[in-house]
Amino acid sequence: MSVTHAEFTIERRYTQTPAQTFSAFADPELKRQWFANAGNWEDAEWELDFRVGGGELSAGGAAVGNHKLFRSRFHDIVESERIVYSYDLFHDRRLISVSLTTVEFGPAESGGTRLLFTEQGAFFDGFDAAEVREHGTGKLLDRLGRFLAGEPV
Amino acid sequence: MAATADLDDAFLALADPSRRSMVERLSRGPASVSELAEPLAMSLPAVVQHLGVLQRSGLVSSEKVGRVRTCRLQPEPMQAVERWIAAHRADLERRLDRLGDVLDETYGRKQ
Repeated sequence: MSVTHAEFTIERRYTQTPAQTFSAFADPELKRQWFANAGNWEDAEWELDFRVGGGELSAGGAAVGNHKLFRSRFHDIVESERIVYSYDLFHDRRLISVSLTTVEFGPAESGGTRLLFTEQGAFFDGFDAAEVREHGTGKLLDRLGRFLAGEPV
Repeated sequence: MAATADLDDAFLALADPSRRSMVERLSRGPASVSELAEPLAMSLPAVVQHLGVLQRSGLVSSEKVGRVRTCRLQPEPMQAVERWIAAHRADLERRLDRLGDVLDETYGRKQ
């Protein structure tokens, strides 16, 4: 099993204020609506303890042989500005990635929110698609090979 | 989700500089076994052995026409690796789109 480090940022704009967008991460009732049980599983579990040192758990899919477990810990929370957490992702009880996520709530035009969602991860099975787009397949294969051979990439 | 066994085979196949050089040559187009052997300082049987590892991993396929065996890169194993993280990112993007819907439902859409 190999490990690959990848980083990507997703940008989204919402018409609501940064404080309102932040509330959809902080308020369990709102967070549950967009984050929990993405697979519509009957056996879904979800818990949120939104404070530094607290965490979130989201799991399910065992009944359909596709068990996913997300388990996070909050490291930094700045009201309406920033949330930093790390998380483990398990698939069928096998750890497939460990990530650090930084969510930034910035002002956008007309009082809306510009949200930056940055993930830096150690992926135990794969490669960042962005990297595949940036470099040709040949270069990627070469880097992958050097990486696997323990040479500097 | 990519099959782990396929990925292991692909990683193993690429963990060798000679095989990487063969893959790099094939990324520019199909080549005969002797063309693949040409830049490498090794015997033809050694090249054929490396080719066997690449073929078993699914990275390379070959076809014999007359006396010439032509090798080609098969992008599928790498695409499987690529799909893995692309799917992870797509999942996060879908969630952030749902967040937009929840914000609209909760606070109303602002101009």
